[in-house]
Amino acid sequence: MAEVRYDAATQTNPAERSAGPPPLLTLEGISKRFPGVEALTAVDFDLEAGEVHVLFGENGAGKSTLISIIAGVERPTSGRYLIKGKPISLHSVQDARQQGISAVFQEFSLVPQLTVEENLFLGAELTSGGFLDKRLLHKKAEEIIDRLNFPLKPQQRVAYLSRAEQQMVEIAKAFRSEPSVLIFDEPTASLTERETERLFTLIEQAKTAGVGIIYITHRMGEIKRIADRITVLRDGHKIGTVDVADATEEKLVELMTGRVIDQIFPDIDYTPGETLLSVDGLSLGKGLLRNVSINVRAGEVVGIAGLIGSGKSEIGRACFGLEDIEAGRIMFEGADVTGQSVKQMLRHGLFYIPSDRREEGLLMVRGARENIALPSLDRPEFSSQLFLKRRSERDRTRQLAERVELRPMNLERDLDHFSGGNQQKVLIAKALTRNVKLFIFDEPTVGVDVGTRVAIYGFIKELCEAGAGVLLISSDLPEILHLTNRAYVMYRGELRTELKGEEITQDSVLSHFFEKEAA
Amino acid sequence: MTEDREAPRVSRGIKGWLQLGFVRLGVLPFLLVVCLIVFSFMSDNFLTGRNLMNVLRQSSYLVMVTMGQMLALLTGGFDLSVGTILAVTSVVGALAMSTAFAAMPDMAWLAIVLGILAGFGAGVSIGIVNGIGVSVFNISPFMMTLGMASVGFGVALSLTGGVPVYGMPDAFGSIFGFGRWFGIPAPIFVAGGLLGVMYVLLNWTRLGRYLYAIGGNLKASRLSGINTRLHLFTAYVLCGALATIAGLMLTARLETGEANIGSSMPLESIAACVIAGVSLRGGVGRVGNVVLGAVFIGLVQNGMNLARIDSYLQTVVIGVLLILAVGADQIRQRLIAELQD
Repeated sequence: MAEVRYDAATQTNPAERSAGPPPLLTLEGISKRFPGVEALTAVDFDLEAGEVHVLFGENGAGKSTLISIIAGVERPTSGRYLIKGKPISLHSVQDARQQGISAVFQEFSLVPQLTVEENLFLGAELTSGGFLDKRLLHKKAEEIIDRLNFPLKPQQRVAYLSRAEQQMVEIAKAFRSEPSVLIFDEPTASLTERETERLFTLIEQAKTAGVGIIYITHRMGEIKRIADRITVLRDGHKIGTVDVADATEEKLVELMTGRVIDQIFPDIDYTPGETLLSVDGLSLGKGLLRNVSINVRAGEVVGIAGLIGSGKSEIGRACFGLEDIEAGRIMFEGADVTGQSVKQMLRHGLFYIPSDRREEGLLMVRGARENIALPSLDRPEFSSQLFLKRRSERDRTRQLAERVELRPMNLERDLDHFSGGNQQKVLIAKALTRNVKLFIFDEPTVGVDVGTRVAIYGFIKELCEAGAGVLLISSDLPEILHLTNRAYVMYRGELRTELKGEEITQDSVLSHFFEKEAA
Repeated sequence: MTEDREAPRVSRGIKGWLQLGFVRLGVLPFLLVVCLIVFSFMSDNFLTGRNLMNVLRQSSYLVMVTMGQMLALLTGGFDLSVGTILAVTSVVGALAMSTAFAAMPDMAWLAIVLGILAGFGAGVSIGIVNGIGVSVFNISPFMMTLGMASVGFGVALSLTGGVPVYGMPDAFGSIFGFGRWFGIPAPIFVAGGLLGVMYVLLNWTRLGRYLYAIGGNLKASRLSGINTRLHLFTAYVLCGALATIAGLMLTARLETGEANIGSSMPLESIAACVIAGVSLRGGVGRVGNVVLGAVFIGLVQNGMNLARIDSYLQTVVIGVLLILAVGADQIRQRLIAELQD
């Protein structure tokens, strides 16, 4: 039934609406075939001036391929690409830029060794008489940054910027010239609430100026906030385009996954038991953490909320033996484990699942089997004194891969060739190889689609109800609100407050995010 | 929808299959086939059992060094000092052996054992220094091993004054250089044995798995509780040990200790690894392929000798092959990425 309805929505093809001015950008029957794989199949897409058009779909649905084609990175195998009604064929990103199409990709196109202003004008340097006009460049860079109101200094080297600041430079780059089409690929993934607000204001301004915006996001809140229309992709096919007014989260998720998901956040039964972890007066160098005390008991989910840079990650990392501890004590099951190595903490039964799976979590050039088994090769299931037990390893990792529903179920294919959601599943499977008593999840759902998110929450529920303790470090407020029965809020390396049960509300958590005066 | 997906598969012609083979197997099988065809046309003696055995024996030294080089490459580094390790091993081993033999002419065996131990100690110690530099002091493998290459070469030259060292017992050369063990030439026997050890080490032990892991992602390895320093160190020591064994075997074959025997080894061993699909970024490579890569280089050199190609030109060919292989690997990576999107 739903199918019919959205098919009807799809049929508003350009030919029928030819009365008005042609859309800014039109794709007709775009297909992209890579040897052996069809990434996009006959996808229609159009973008009007002054609208925000969200692309929605699971990882691997073809969103990235589609924006690569629009931005001139890839060329379609078949189909037509029209700009303001005129067919065009883009050969490069430069071509697209000249047509006024600018993209902000997730993989930043910044040179870390260069300064902010040098990066802003990379490839479009201003010269006078064959030499760089550094003064003019500096002036223009300042103008752009002022206009966007970003806390950036033009002379800063990009290497020293945080990920959020790098994201701002990337966005500033897109606003450098006067674009007519802007493409954002999950731009808020590493931005704080305030920076996100700032970006949304910019997007509003661009909209009123008649810029068409293509926006990829997994976050429902953002869709509600800025979207005009939403196009849902699944397995390289366009499923439908809906107006934001008609879109509820359930409906979008159903379109995206092709199945009904009644509930995103599970109800978890908390049966707090003994204290597993207690951190007492923990301080790290450079003021990263100052006198922080927390505790986690078996059978409960404890959240740590806070802005980026508030030190919430560092708590988890310090407990896992990854930070040099300046002062304070870490106790695990009643024993002092301060300053112990990762290996020792693993043996005690603590497992930290890092936030950046590419950077710290996984071996992208190896398969799932090797990745899953890696932290536990010292266990008798995986190796004897001298040799690996490869048969037992294969069986055990296959079991775990089935448990996390790895797709495709191929244990030997390089992780690079799995979708982000499935990579995240491998990361979680790693933690299931050992007898873990306390799981520390650091931003477990960054950059994963709703389907995987639901699966990950399911795991947290399962682990907690089986008696494990879970420490959930997250910037995603709904996660903290719905999953935890106790939450700590961090602010600039200090513990602001501890909230319990009913006290955990959006307002109470947010009020501790910022300066006291601002709250 | 199903029909759409079948379409590209049906239309895959010879070109498609070649492409698929290239993606699956890498550039090496293609190079091997081309090289066999070209050289068997250029010389009638090329495709004979005797000659192929000859190639195997000649390449067995490179095979040993290449397996060591592979260990360094797997961790994401490399070892430019393998040539120097050969040289130092050869010079120190030969000096110790000939000195001991001169002092006690009746006890040739004792001299041989002493010489081997001395050579082994000298060679491995370079590996140990490399390992400490890279793992403890975080010196980039490039600079560390390049520096040690210069140090070692200087030591080898100054020990001998640049003159070959003679005077080792005849038994050393006749057993380790020219001997046949169970009917197989000694160097092939040793290289084969080491291949077996390496295969087990890389595929069936934790150490092997950890080397792949460290090259695949150092931080992730650390977060999985792996002692990354210790294993990095071990990789360079083992690399040094393999180069040392090659140095001793080559000394036996030449029956002299020489300071310049390994000069082509760094380039050739890295070339062999890369042609065999070992990633320069670490974490990827199979020891079987690596051995084939080394044999392939031996095959090309042998073929060019039979075809009477000037030896200076031969180094040009090896260089070109290396660059071609790296270029082909880039294309392959792109194809893989496209295949999997």
